[in-house]
Amino acid sequence: MRILDFLVMKDKILLGHGSGGKMSADLIKNIFVKNFSNSVIEALTDSAILSVGTSSLAFTTDSYVVDPVFFPGGNIGKLAVCGTVNDLAVSGAEPLYLSASFIIEEGFLIKDLETIVLSMKDEACEAGVSIVTGDTKVVKKRQCDKLFITTSGIGILEPKNDHIATGSTIKAGDKIIVNGYLGDHSAAVLMARNELNVQSSVISDVAPLNGLIKNAMAGNTIRFMRDITRGGLATILAEIVENHNFGIRIYEEHVPVRQEVKGLCEIFGFDPLYMANEGKLVAVVSPDSAESVLKKMRNHKYGKHAAIIGEITKNHPGKTVMESIIGGNRIIDKLAGEQLPRIC
Amino acid sequence: MKYINEFRNKKIVADLSAQIVKLSKSKITLMEVCGGHTMAIQKFGIPSLLPDTINLISGPGCPVCVSSRNYIDNSIQLARFPENIITTYGDLIRVPGSQSSLDIEKASGADVRIVYSTLDALEIARKNPGKNIIFLGIGFETTTPSSAVAIQQAAKEKITNFFVYSTHKIMPPAMEALIDEGIQIDGYIGPGHVSTVAGSQMYRNLVNRFRISVVISGFEPVDILQSIYMLVKQHETRDKKIEIQYTRTVLPEGNLKARKLVDEVFEPRNDWWRGLGIISDSGLKIREKYVLFDAEKKFNLEDKEIKEPGGCICGEVLKGLKKPVECGLFKKVCTPENPVGACMVSNEGACNAYFRFSGYEG
Repeated sequence: MRILDFLVMKDKILLGHGSGGKMSADLIKNIFVKNFSNSVIEALTDSAILSVGTSSLAFTTDSYVVDPVFFPGGNIGKLAVCGTVNDLAVSGAEPLYLSASFIIEEGFLIKDLETIVLSMKDEACEAGVSIVTGDTKVVKKRQCDKLFITTSGIGILEPKNDHIATGSTIKAGDKIIVNGYLGDHSAAVLMARNELNVQSSVISDVAPLNGLIKNAMAGNTIRFMRDITRGGLATILAEIVENHNFGIRIYEEHVPVRQEVKGLCEIFGFDPLYMANEGKLVAVVSPDSAESVLKKMRNHKYGKHAAIIGEITKNHPGKTVMESIIGGNRIIDKLAGEQLPRIC
Repeated sequence: MKYINEFRNKKIVADLSAQIVKLSKSKITLMEVCGGHTMAIQKFGIPSLLPDTINLISGPGCPVCVSSRNYIDNSIQLARFPENIITTYGDLIRVPGSQSSLDIEKASGADVRIVYSTLDALEIARKNPGKNIIFLGIGFETTTPSSAVAIQQAAKEKITNFFVYSTHKIMPPAMEALIDEGIQIDGYIGPGHVSTVAGSQMYRNLVNRFRISVVISGFEPVDILQSIYMLVKQHETRDKKIEIQYTRTVLPEGNLKARKLVDEVFEPRNDWWRGLGIISDSGLKIREKYVLFDAEKKFNLEDKEIKEPGGCICGEVLKGLKKPVECGLFKKVCTPENPVGACMVSNEGACNAYFRFSGYEG
C-alpha cells in the first residue's frame, strides 16, 4: 500500500513530463489523447495526416521555450521554423504554410525580437514556406520567461507516402540511417547556459531538412522517418520496435557523434543517444535504397556525415539492441525522466 | 579523447576476453563496489563477453542508494522553509523520501538548486546573505574533500549562512561488513576514484583478515576486463592480495593533501547504510571546530530509523544478494521516473543501470 500511496501523491506536473521520454508519452496518452480522442490523434505521429478529397494534408504544431533564446548556431525563432518544417517533412510531406504565435514577457527588447523574426524569415525562405498568420500576447514580468513561440504548419502529402509517418511498411532487412552527428544541439544549449564553466565550440545543428529529405526520397523506398529531437535517437528506435514482431540492431561504432560532444558526455554523464537535435533525422529505408539514400544525404549540406547505423532484424522482436564499441551487447530503451530541460 | 579510445579498443577487449575465458576454471563471484563500475559494465555490455564461471554482482557503492530515507525526509523538511535554499548534486533530487521528494518540493515552490561543485553552493551563499544555504553533502571518499574545502573556505571568509548536511561515508567498512555478514564474494573490483583519494592500503583488512582479493580498477572497458583478469588469476593461483590496475591515478598512499583536508574537517562516526544497517566508523560528521557550518546542529536534525517501502529489495540488491531483475517491482512499479527505491534513481544505481542497459541475452 505504501507504494501506491506514493504514486498517487504525484499529482503535479514535473519537468520530466516535458522530456520527450516515457513521462511525456504517459501524459499525452492519459490526459490529451484520452480526452481529445479521435483516429487522427491516436496515430501519435509527428504530424497529423488528414485526408482532404483525394489528397492528404500533413498538419503539425510545436511550442518553443528554449533557454537561452540565443544560443550558438541559432535562436528560438530559427528553431521554431525549422522544428515545424521538419515535423512536416519527416512525414513525407512538402511543407507549405506556417503560423507563428508569440508570448512575450514585458521588457523584452524589440531589437532582439526583430533579430529573432529576421532569422525566422531567413529559415522560411530557405525551406520554401510562407509564414501566413500569427498572434501576439504580452504578459507581465515573470509570467513567462522572455519569449515563447508556437508555430503550426501544413504541407501536402502524396498518398503514396502516407505510410512514412507511421512506419507501417517496415520489415526485417531494412537499413537505419541518420543524417549526421548526434547531440550538437543539446551540447550547444548546455554550453550557452554557462552553468558548467566549460568552453566549447560546438554549435546547434538547427536546420530545415525538407530539401535533404526531398532529395533522399527521389527514386528511393523510404519506410519511415522521424526528426531526432527530445528523447533522442534511442527513444525513437525503442518506439519503432514497440509491439512489433521485429527488432533493431545498431552498432555504436557507426553512430556519428562529434569528438567534442563525446567528451562533454563523458564529463557530464549524458548519453548522445538520448540527446536532442534540431537538424537530424532517422530514416528506415529498404535495403536496395540504402546506398542511394546515404549518397544523396552526404551530397547535401545537412547530411555530410550521414551513416548507416544498423538494421531491422527478425531477432529479439520488440527490442533495440546496440553492439557497443567494445563488441558487447546492450538494450536501448526510451528516455526515462529528463536528460536536460528546456532545450527547444 | 584519444586517451579514452585505447581503453575501448575492440581488439584489446576481445583479446582480454579470450584470455579470461582461457584462465577461468573454477566458479568465481566478483563484486563491483562502485556504482560507476556497475554503469560501465552494463553500458558496454561486458557480461556478454565473460564466461559462465564468472558471476558479477553489484555492491553498495552508489551514495544516493545507501543513504537513509531519514536523510531525504530531513532535507525535504529543510526545503519547506522559505528562508532556506537547498543545494545538491543532481542525483539526489529525485530520490523518494517517505512522503515526497526534493523535485516534488521544487515543483511546489521550494528553492532547490542543482550544483556541480560545492563552490557553486558557496557562491549562492555569498549572493543570498538573507537566506540559509544548505549543501547536501553526500558521497564517499571522492566527494568528501570538496565538502571539506567549502567548509574551510566558508570559515575563512566568515560566511555565516552556509551549512553542510553530511551523510558522507567511508567505503572499506561497508566492504568488510558484507563479508562479515557471510555474503559469498571471492574478490572485489575495487573503487577507482575512492582509492585515488584514499589509497590502496585501506583494504588490507579484507586481504589479511578475510582472504578476499581486491583489484582497484579504472572505469573503461579495458580497465574493467583487465581487473577481472587479475582477480581470476588471483583466484586460480590462490594468491589473494591487493593490486592496483588503475595505476594511472591510484597511489598506495592515495592523495595525501585531500586526506589531510578531510581529516581536518570531518571525524568518523557510526552510520546507517541501506541494506547493511549500522556500521561502526563508516560515516563522517563535521568536527566540533566547524560546528557553525553543520546543518545537523544548526537545524536540530534528528536521526531516526524509517522503514523501507514494502516490496522494495534495494537492501538485498546493495548487498549483492539479489539482482534487480529478481525484484517484483522492477520495471513494473519501479521505473526511473517512478522510483520506489533509490537504486532506481541514481545513474550509478544498480536497478537504474539494469533498467537502462540490460535485458538482452544471446
